[in-house]
Amino acid sequence: MAEVVADTVGSIGPAEVAEVELYHATSWLTKYVFCQDAKVIAIQYSVTAMAIGLVALVLSWLMRLQLAFPGTFSLIQSENYYQFITMHGMIMVIYLLTALFLGGFGNYLIPLMLGARDMAFPYVNMLSYWVYLLAVLVLVASFFAPGGPTGAGWTLYPPQAILSGTPGHEWGIILMLASLILFIIGFTMGGLNYVVTVLQCRTRGMTLMRMPLTVWGIFTATVMALLAFPALFVGCVMMLLDRLLGTSFFMPSIVQLGQQLSYSGGSPILFQHLFWFFGHPEVYIVALPAFGIVSDLISTHARKNIFGYRMMVWAIVGIGALSFVVWAHHMYISGMDPYFGFFFATTTLIIAVPTAIKVYNWVLTLWRGNIHLTVPMLFALGFIVTFVNGGLTGLFLGNVVVDVPLSATLFVVAHFHMVMGVAPIFVVFGGIYHWYPKVTGRMLDETLGKIHFWVTFLGAYAIFFPMHYLGLLGVPRRYYELGATAFIPPSAASLNVFITVAALIVGAAQLVFLFNLIWSLSKGRAPGGNPWGATTLEWQTPQTPPGHGNWGKELPVVYRWAYDYSVPGTERDFVPQNQPASAPTA
Amino acid sequence: MPIAIALVLVAVGSVAFHLLNPWWLTPIASNWHYIDATIAITFWITGVVFTAVVLFMAYCVFRFRHREGTQAAYQPENKRLEWWLAIVTGVGVAAMLTPGLFVWSQFVTPPKGASEFEVVGQQWMWSFRLPGKSGRLGTTDTKYITPENPLGVNPNDPNGRDNVVIVGDDLHLPVGKPVRVWLRSVDVVHDFYVPEFRAKMDLMPGMVTRFWFTPTRTGTFEILCAGFCGIGHPQMRGNVVVETESDYQAWLQKQQTFAQLSASAK
Ligand code: HEM
Ligand SMILES: [Cu+2]
Ligand SMILES: [Cu+2]
Repeated sequence: MAEVVADTVGSIGPAEVAEVELYHATSWLTKYVFCQDAKVIAIQYSVTAMAIGLVALVLSWLMRLQLAFPGTFSLIQSENYYQFITMHGMIMVIYLLTALFLGGFGNYLIPLMLGARDMAFPYVNMLSYWVYLLAVLVLVASFFAPGGPTGAGWTLYPPQAILSGTPGHEWGIILMLASLILFIIGFTMGGLNYVVTVLQCRTRGMTLMRMPLTVWGIFTATVMALLAFPALFVGCVMMLLDRLLGTSFFMPSIVQLGQQLSYSGGSPILFQHLFWFFGHPEVYIVALPAFGIVSDLISTHARKNIFGYRMMVWAIVGIGALSFVVWAHHMYISGMDPYFGFFFATTTLIIAVPTAIKVYNWVLTLWRGNIHLTVPMLFALGFIVTFVNGGLTGLFLGNVVVDVPLSATLFVVAHFHMVMGVAPIFVVFGGIYHWYPKVTGRMLDETLGKIHFWVTFLGAYAIFFPMHYLGLLGVPRRYYELGATAFIPPSAASLNVFITVAALIVGAAQLVFLFNLIWSLSKGRAPGGNPWGATTLEWQTPQTPPGHGNWGKELPVVYRWAYDYSVPGTERDFVPQNQPASAPTA
Repeated sequence: MPIAIALVLVAVGSVAFHLLNPWWLTPIASNWHYIDATIAITFWITGVVFTAVVLFMAYCVFRFRHREGTQAAYQPENKRLEWWLAIVTGVGVAAMLTPGLFVWSQFVTPPKGASEFEVVGQQWMWSFRLPGKSGRLGTTDTKYITPENPLGVNPNDPNGRDNVVIVGDDLHLPVGKPVRVWLRSVDVVHDFYVPEFRAKMDLMPGMVTRFWFTPTRTGTFEILCAGFCGIGHPQMRGNVVVETESDYQAWLQKQQTFAQLSASAK
């Protein structure tokens, strides 16, 4: 049964590429601000993403207050509500999760986990961050523009997005499109870098099939993003032209409020195809890094090798590939040829198989493990629960005919929050609790961490699980208020109040986390270089936090896969990847 | 330990909530009860999987928690188990997809001899058009839209003359008759959504979209817009009145045709 895949002794060839000259910071400014060190860039990305994510969190409170107590807050008018959901959704998906997983975790972990000194193109890497920051600033500027930010919904569907019935059609939409274009430019610079680094800069002995799943997840997500973002890019450019120059890419002839507009002949459904050709892979661009990271968290904190490593790698790659042929499951009721439904429902449900395999392998890793219930492990468990829940409701929405009544209702909102909101965020939290001691040299406070976990886990479940049933009932999404609607019983309003209370409590718990991040920076316990007893290379650096260039004089050499935990006959319950087979284990 | 209890509570609590909560699909008023049946099958399968996975996790967390001196097993792979699980999953997925696709093929094939009507959306109201005696809907174009011709019916198309035009009022339908719906928007994307009918469809500007259903019980049903269409989106409401054939005919007699409307405007 226990067939050992990971060859512990492999032949390690000599270094083929001479060490490259590292960039060296010469001043304070180039060391901390315009820095080309991936670790600094990672922190810059993460801090920026979390700062803008905080804005999205506050917006969610305002939305929830409106939904629970409609008409109570004079500051939340209909147009503000739509601006809030749009900015909340876009920030969460793109500017927080994508940036944090790829720009944050990717930058920090790829070079370290692969035993490289830095990214392949440090200068481009630095530019990537600054363009991202510019994108964020342009996005924030739209809050202050005349007419406010766009309220077109995060899907930005034309014609509505650029017409006068939608808030922010004056400046908001232009700034949003410009910001997305900048984001994509910035991402492309970073993304090419991650791909080249993974392919070219692995240290000796680090074969592809010895890479930690974290790197596999981030790598595959990056390749996908490089293929998917261009569709959004052209969509944004075309819509910008429609808005500014009066072209009609997405605009058919339109009569709005009695006025014949000058557009004619364009196709709004074309935008939807472009958007979702990007948008569906985007779900996995966020999910695959989470899959990878959570695998490593579970393995490390259960002191057990990840179960079925090769299957896990192929599942990541398979999901990545399949996710390019399912996009139109977001468009079952858009009026596209209904026969497409057969194809897209089938592909969508096929993805469930590799996804389920990943879930099985996570829980089978727990089986006969030695489970340490640390904060990262708790968040990993929370991830499995919410991801399974959200993944299973995806089987409703992917099955074309079931989607017909449920699409555009709160069932969809509950589904995607579980699967791509809450679940990946749990991995972000787990990852931060796990790697914070490496990044800062100090532990996050465990008590505060546990409070953060418990409130967030139970609270988020209480927000989004009951919400499905409002959707089943037929409550549509993107409703500023329900008004008097005969088929909706008054009890639905009580449930809305309950959800809002839960959302505010969960929101408060994030402030505890924020406090922990700042407080532990100086007050946290200093635990040494490898507090979790992890095998992967980033924990074997000569200094913690790792110094410039990551490694000492010599690069580490890799002798084994990343999951040698509790190997029979070894003294400690882990064997680092760079430990030769013959060396004594102590 | 608390986490094992919490996981059990999540599993048991979710099932209990599912069974006990008062919020469920609205009572159906169309032929699409097959959709409800597919939802029920999907709930069963996914419910079992969810409960099993979470309870299994709870067991593992309890049974294999770290204690002094415990050690994890070393087991990189188990090919047989992995394939077995993949196959079972495949079967479960097929059990949901097959009925789903079967119902979808009905959904995309309107019965012969179905009557028809058209829904026209604009910010933020619903309008309707029914064929007249000739049984045909005339062609339309947004460029024909004027205050007198709000739906943009082609004035030169003889088929459009006797079309019944309903602007800003309720739509009536006879019970028990299959009906094809043509949907059209003159401005932005809207979505014609009557929860009791289950079926819904976008109104995509520049295109004519379609679906069909059979109303199966009389009553007044609220139309909501399920496609975000700007600030008036939640207020874009209307009603469908499903009634007996004789009531329906009586209502139909009182409606104005396109020709009558154009004449009275002159
Ligand atoms: C506790 C945290 C959160 C709360 C309380 C919350 C709440 C909400 C609410 C009330 C809506 C509007 C639903 C409607 O249309 O009626 C919404 C929309 C949305 N949220 Fe969240 N959210 C949270 C976290 C997240 C996260 C982490 C993500 C990341 C993926 C996310 C992504 C979205 C998206 C994409 C939309 C759709 C926006 C649109 O309709 O255009 N949310 N959220
Ligand atoms: Cu509408
Ligand atoms: Cu609408």
